[in-house]
Amino acid sequence: MAKRIEASNVSSYYGSFKAIDNVSMTVEPKTITALIGPSGCGKSTFLRSINRMHEVLPNARIEGRLTIDDQNIYDSDVDVTAVRRMIGMVFQRPNPFPTMSIFDNVVAGLRLNGVKRKSTLEESAEKSLRAANLWDEVKDRLGRPGAGLSGGQQQRLCIARTIAVEPQVVLMDEPCSALDPISTLAIEDLMFKLKDRFTIIIVTHNMQQAARVSDKTGFFSIDKTGDPGRLIEYDDTQKIFSNPSEKKTEDYITGRFG
Amino acid sequence: MSVLEREASVGMTPEHIRSQRLPLVVNIGIGVLALVLSAVLVLSTGIGNWVLVVVLGVVLYLVGLLAAATRVEGRRSARNRLWRSLVYAACVLAVLPLASVVWTLVSKGAARFDGDFFLTSMNNIGARDENGGAYHAIVGTLEQVGIAALLAIPLGVLGAIYLVEYGRGKFALTVRFFVDVMTGIPSIVAGLFVLAFWVLIVSPWFNNGVPRFSGFAAALALTVLMLPTIVRSTEEMLRLVPGPLREGAYALGVPQWKTILRVVLPTALPGIITGIMLAIARAAGETAPVLLVAGGAPFINFDPFLGNQSSLALFVYQQAGDASKYAQPRAWTAALTLVALVLILTIAAKLLARRNRLSR
Repeated sequence: MAKRIEASNVSSYYGSFKAIDNVSMTVEPKTITALIGPSGCGKSTFLRSINRMHEVLPNARIEGRLTIDDQNIYDSDVDVTAVRRMIGMVFQRPNPFPTMSIFDNVVAGLRLNGVKRKSTLEESAEKSLRAANLWDEVKDRLGRPGAGLSGGQQQRLCIARTIAVEPQVVLMDEPCSALDPISTLAIEDLMFKLKDRFTIIIVTHNMQQAARVSDKTGFFSIDKTGDPGRLIEYDDTQKIFSNPSEKKTEDYITGRFG
Repeated sequence: MSVLEREASVGMTPEHIRSQRLPLVVNIGIGVLALVLSAVLVLSTGIGNWVLVVVLGVVLYLVGLLAAATRVEGRRSARNRLWRSLVYAACVLAVLPLASVVWTLVSKGAARFDGDFFLTSMNNIGARDENGGAYHAIVGTLEQVGIAALLAIPLGVLGAIYLVEYGRGKFALTVRFFVDVMTGIPSIVAGLFVLAFWVLIVSPWFNNGVPRFSGFAAALALTVLMLPTIVRSTEEMLRLVPGPLREGAYALGVPQWKTILRVVLPTALPGIITGIMLAIARAAGETAPVLLVAGGAPFINFDPFLGNQSSLALFVYQQAGDASKYAQPRAWTAALTLVALVLILTIAAKLLARRNRLSR
């Protein structure tokens, strides 16, 4: 089910601007990988390259190889929507569909991909909402608009929506940055639960969070503004936070950066 | 001493958080005084009637209020009062003509708002006949605007979707430029275009070589007029849909066309419908193209593809210019009918758009 992701020499561009340079890393199935680093260092760009969301922006392009179980997702005969079905994504800001109810939001991925049977949709909605720790809060008001929930609930709704399509990899782009500590904890618990089924990659600015949830950590950095971001160090989380091999990593995680 | 205290003499100590308020009695007093003063000024010199009294009274009231408020409340509050009053005044000024139009239409149009008007045409109605109606014109307006909407809405919305979601580079820029140019086309030019192209060149193919006026030709001209309005308003509405919403759908593996159809369009729908209704309202009120390519007719013609047709706007134009003393009431009632028709359509469209929205 969960897949191995291998990036080799990935460089991403916005027009002529090179956002990340030569990133290579391997993400094992059923692990949580955290990407940390200062703002503007290309963590999110790299994350968005993994499910081909990078190319949604005009003039954005990518070089290098990104494989999922040895399939290069940037081959010309690859169907973008199939890649994204396999690699789900949770965004920084919760983005429930404003015209849809809570129920419709959760099953949007299934319904818009052609699932019509009502019992399947209901079953899947309950399963996903339970997995996202949201079921008890919303089970009595599934018909109400998703945009009416609180920020933390909306984010969990978006996670439920993502796992409802049963992807093999879940990418999370700072999923807790707009949330209070309790909602953050709920989402971190959720990640541990999801680890049994999915490969998870999370971008975070919160180093305690990276240390708490992840098995491996990648540290991105830039030398100065305008330079492309690079992957400085990628290792077991334990090692990164106790005994990093690079001086830059140590400076960053101990707060002596810049 | 802070910079604000030193340079702008704004008090920053706790004593300064309270201030005197101008009592309401003084406010009303200034208003009455201003009206009286302006009445005396205007009527004694005989330079105008009550309209000028009100206008001058409002101006005097504003000046007096500003002066009084400056004394009692200080400069900042006084300026706040002045601007608020100006905003209210502007709002009243903007609504006045509208209310006046509605009142004029209702009061003058009510006379012929009867069964005859809605059930008969102008066929065989002479200058001395007081009955006669706009049935043929209502049929013409509904058919022409209906066909024009049927043509312009899909074209316009799809065109806007192309411009926002797919269009890149030179071609999209060119399309947008020409849509902008089309927005400024006078309706008579649209009518001439259809006259030259459809009536004179194409319609003879269907009529044994004889050019014929038709309601459909009018519908074509109205389409030309509606299209740019619909494209531009829909484009603006689609651009307002946040990018993360589209990305959220893409991230679920939803193809782009389905994302547009099921996520982007529903989100922008209320705004799109408003734009469409504006275009329809404009088209329903056009006279020149109908006169040019449908010709107008006093009789009922249900077939929009063959023969002369009238429309409400054209009916108003013709009746208003008619010498018969019974013609003018007919023109007013037709104008009232046209406004009511547009109003009903707009309300129906809004209700339709709201039905799909979720209750909060």
